[in-house]
Amino acid sequence: MRAWLSGLLELRKYPSAIIGMAIIAFLVGLSVYTVITVPYSQALELWRGGEQWRMHPVNAGPAWVDRLRGGGKPETMVISSADSDIDVEPFEGGQRLRIPLEFDYDYTAFPSEINLFLSTPELKREPFTRLTWIAPDGDETPLGGHRIAREDRVSITQDWALERRLGHVPHVGLLARDLDDESPQVQPGRYTLVLDAIVFDEDARIDADLVLYGRVHGLAGTDHQRRDLVVALMWGTPVALAFGLLAAVGTTITTLIIAATGVWYGGWIDATIQRLTEVNMILPLLPILVMVGTLYSTSIWLMLGVVVALGIFSAGIKMYRAMLLPIRQSPYIEAACAYGAGNARIVLRYMIPRILPVLIPTFVTLIPTFVFLEASLAVLGLGDPILPTWGKVLNDAQSESALYSQYYYWVLSPAALLMLTGLGFAMLGFALDRVFNPRLRAF
Amino acid sequence: MNTSPPSAAATATSETPLVSVRDLRTWFELRQWGFVRVGSVRAVDGVNFTLKRGEAVAFVGESGCGKSSLARTLLGLHQPTAGVVEFEGRSMASLNSRELLDYRARVGYVQQDPYGALPPFMDVRRILREPLIIHGIRNRAEQERRIRKVLEETRLSPPDEYLPKFPHMLSGGQQQRVVIARALILEPSMIIADEPVSMLDASVRVEILSLLRRIQTSHELTLAFITHDLSTVRHFAERIFVMYAGRIVESAPVEELLNHPQHPYTHALLAALADPDPDNALREREVPSGEAPSLLNPPSGCRFHPRCPHAMSGVCDVDDPPDFEPRRGHISSCWLHR
Amino acid sequence: MASTPLLSVEDLKLHYRSSRGVVKAVDGLSFDIQRNEALVVLGESGCGKSSLAKTLLRILPRNVHHCSGRVMLDGTDIMALDEERFRRDVRWLRIAMVMQASMNALNPVVRVGEQVAEPLRVLRKWDRQRAMRKAAEVFELVGISTDFLQRYPFELSGGMRQRVVLAMALITDPELVILDEPTSALDVLTQASIMNVLKRIKRERGTSFMLITHDVATSSEIADRVALMYAGQLVEISTAGEFFRHPAHPYSKLLMASVPRLRQEQRPAHIPGQPPNLLAPPDGCRFADRCPSRFQRCAEDPKMFRLGYRRQVRCWLFAEGGKRP
Repeated sequence: MRAWLSGLLELRKYPSAIIGMAIIAFLVGLSVYTVITVPYSQALELWRGGEQWRMHPVNAGPAWVDRLRGGGKPETMVISSADSDIDVEPFEGGQRLRIPLEFDYDYTAFPSEINLFLSTPELKREPFTRLTWIAPDGDETPLGGHRIAREDRVSITQDWALERRLGHVPHVGLLARDLDDESPQVQPGRYTLVLDAIVFDEDARIDADLVLYGRVHGLAGTDHQRRDLVVALMWGTPVALAFGLLAAVGTTITTLIIAATGVWYGGWIDATIQRLTEVNMILPLLPILVMVGTLYSTSIWLMLGVVVALGIFSAGIKMYRAMLLPIRQSPYIEAACAYGAGNARIVLRYMIPRILPVLIPTFVTLIPTFVFLEASLAVLGLGDPILPTWGKVLNDAQSESALYSQYYYWVLSPAALLMLTGLGFAMLGFALDRVFNPRLRAF
Repeated sequence: MNTSPPSAAATATSETPLVSVRDLRTWFELRQWGFVRVGSVRAVDGVNFTLKRGEAVAFVGESGCGKSSLARTLLGLHQPTAGVVEFEGRSMASLNSRELLDYRARVGYVQQDPYGALPPFMDVRRILREPLIIHGIRNRAEQERRIRKVLEETRLSPPDEYLPKFPHMLSGGQQQRVVIARALILEPSMIIADEPVSMLDASVRVEILSLLRRIQTSHELTLAFITHDLSTVRHFAERIFVMYAGRIVESAPVEELLNHPQHPYTHALLAALADPDPDNALREREVPSGEAPSLLNPPSGCRFHPRCPHAMSGVCDVDDPPDFEPRRGHISSCWLHR
Repeated sequence: MASTPLLSVEDLKLHYRSSRGVVKAVDGLSFDIQRNEALVVLGESGCGKSSLAKTLLRILPRNVHHCSGRVMLDGTDIMALDEERFRRDVRWLRIAMVMQASMNALNPVVRVGEQVAEPLRVLRKWDRQRAMRKAAEVFELVGISTDFLQRYPFELSGGMRQRVVLAMALITDPELVILDEPTSALDVLTQASIMNVLKRIKRERGTSFMLITHDVATSSEIADRVALMYAGQLVEISTAGEFFRHPAHPYSKLLMASVPRLRQEQRPAHIPGQPPNLLAPPDGCRFADRCPSRFQRCAEDPKMFRLGYRRQVRCWLFAEGGKRP
């Protein structure tokens, strides 16, 4: 143990090891934080998408990028009827409600969409509303009348008649200073959407939420299904680390034991292992995974199993064999035989520990290759169907042509995390190599 | 320092030799492509000897003469191709796996390269515990007691200073002491030391050899000491076996052999050996021409005859010389004694 | 002939940087070698004797911390030469070397004849035929049949390969050949016959040798003079006769007494203790800890005291006669 400790202490001399360990610590910390704050079931639920994301914009970039570039793109604003003074005017058989939804708009860019969400309790007759948009300069634009169901969405953006009337899409036209301008400017100030409703019940209420969808959102932006990418990026971390670590551990340990067994027994056992390895080496990994994914299941754990299974008789066996062959001849093994050590003991206690120091760096640098493999599978459309992973984000981005639509954040953020993972493990691995592999130790 | 005096029973059993080897052959098959036999390396090819209890003997010969293969066959690391090895009267071939494990506890092994002989990833305590664990001594206190005892015996004291050390932290001499301690820890009756000092510095060699000799006498062990260097055997062995090309060509007590060598090969070895002397530089040494024969295809008759200055054609190149006893207790396989 | 020595070394130092500090492998050596003289550098492993050879040929590892001193070859300071001139004029042409275990470092896929001829083709720009003729000549000199020129290294025995390596060192007719443990891996008979070859070359060609070894007995086969190293320093340098018969330094005495001898009744004795750590050698005499004749002055660093003709000893016991400051 002390040799390991002193080796680890020696790592402090290598800045790359410290940076690498810091990166890995960050990723591990992020994983732990994620798993604690967003439990697995909740993550799956969130990633399934749907109504829960209706208040989020579509394909909004990260807010901090826009702020760094000095942009004034709006974030999503929600104006709720709960905060406004509602005039109630009762009449026979019902009442008339006047709900003003007021907000200050100071952004320089237009919102990406405007929706009005209405909800009423179960009523005998559906209420009727009339909407009026009042701009800061007092201009009033009638938005027409609606009969509202219990849960209703008035998509102002998709009001084609209004769009024709304004000459611009409504979420631009309603906020523009001059409608005749080809590229209109935002008119800053206080806007009001007045909701005049006739309710045919004595004590009925209407809850209204006006949503002006932003063009930027949070840390990581949103995707085409309005999902916050933070969920995928955060949950991608534990998934990637677990996949990489399990695959690396699984392949390394099995490969090592098989290689050592072959070297120790020699003869036909070794020959069989060698032939199996050679056959396995010419089998292409990716097409097999694609086949399994297409024909059977794309569950990440099944993929992990296949990767480990195919990795057992991999080229690693040849490498370990080359390292173990001289060790098999070494005097301390002979001495162990002479004092009666059994076969299993020699393989596990005498041969394998000898190459572990050389192996640890290889092992550390192997982890990101499996992380990348998982991401590549996801990009190819073989990602886990339910788990949010970095690869899935990339896959979505690719299928939605994110780069053509200039949604760079959609590609860059998962790619950056992948690269960070690779960098962290590689930097640590190379430093470990220097410490544990005496041949590389430069003076 | 001596352990209890030999009892009457022990004296009686010491009449039977500890090890008795008859016509031992250890051949290694050479195969091409893994299965086509192309020949055999006759590393040990017809060796006879007996070792008494508490005796220190030396096997002397050049590299490739089969002395290490002989050691490994005695240790049960190689299967003999033919012949019998008896240990305390029982043939090794008849041992079952349980008895073979017991046999391994009875024979200690000291190797040439002390650093290579120690697993570099274990500390001294672990190295010494391994044989104990394998032989079922699992009581920690008992393990610790035995470990401390052998460390004291090999003069690695205080033990606490050495127990946590890894092999690379020790000097060559200390490493070899650990190897000797490991060979002793199962309380063997015999120690086989294969070139135990050839990789050590001159100043340490004597120390290690003296240590081995002291342990051998105090424990009444049989010590089989394998070396290529005749000059080291004088004070550390009682009998010498000279090996050449897989066979023992001459054997005799040390003084007898050094003072009255009989076999021409032994003569050549002694003549080639220098004691430090400034006059050495003034003369060339007599060295037999040629090189040791290939064990794959040894010469017919006496194996030394192609290099022998006294070779008699028609005799030495035809028939294997039997063991002659030209002087009392002195055996030499050479037709010259006929 | 005795006027200028072939090689004269003054205050040679070589310090390495290691992860644990500076290792003073060679720490102020001064000696000379006359023409047709064999100097044996004796020492235990780790005393710096191989570093000495590497310094003389300037084949230094990357982690050199400090390398200084004067090395005069026939009156010119070769330490002052730039690397290119040293390579072109000195290394292998005037000082050749047989490195430790180099018999196992032969290129396995090149015929040995080609390998032996290579120094001539590279350094002297000889054409292949001429170089091969010369190779055949040195093969005979070292006692290998010229048939072996066309063999590959794996077809030769250890003794033969050692001769090949020796031939490679001799092919440029160097004035000085440095041999680092040339026979330590070989059998007694092979060792003796290689020593015979060296003796003959020295006699017939007048080549000077510097033999680096830990084997006292073998070193006496060729030694004219002996330099004994201990912990990076020379502790005694004297003629072979004096060294082997009447060693002066306490370490020399103990070393000679520790050599097992075939023809001697007396049991060899061992030297107690360990050589010091070269990372932090002790102040004063470096052998003091193990020395049976230690006295107060040993706490100070002794100089090399002259003790007769070309004999020097680094020990305070010999200070009175020399009366040096």
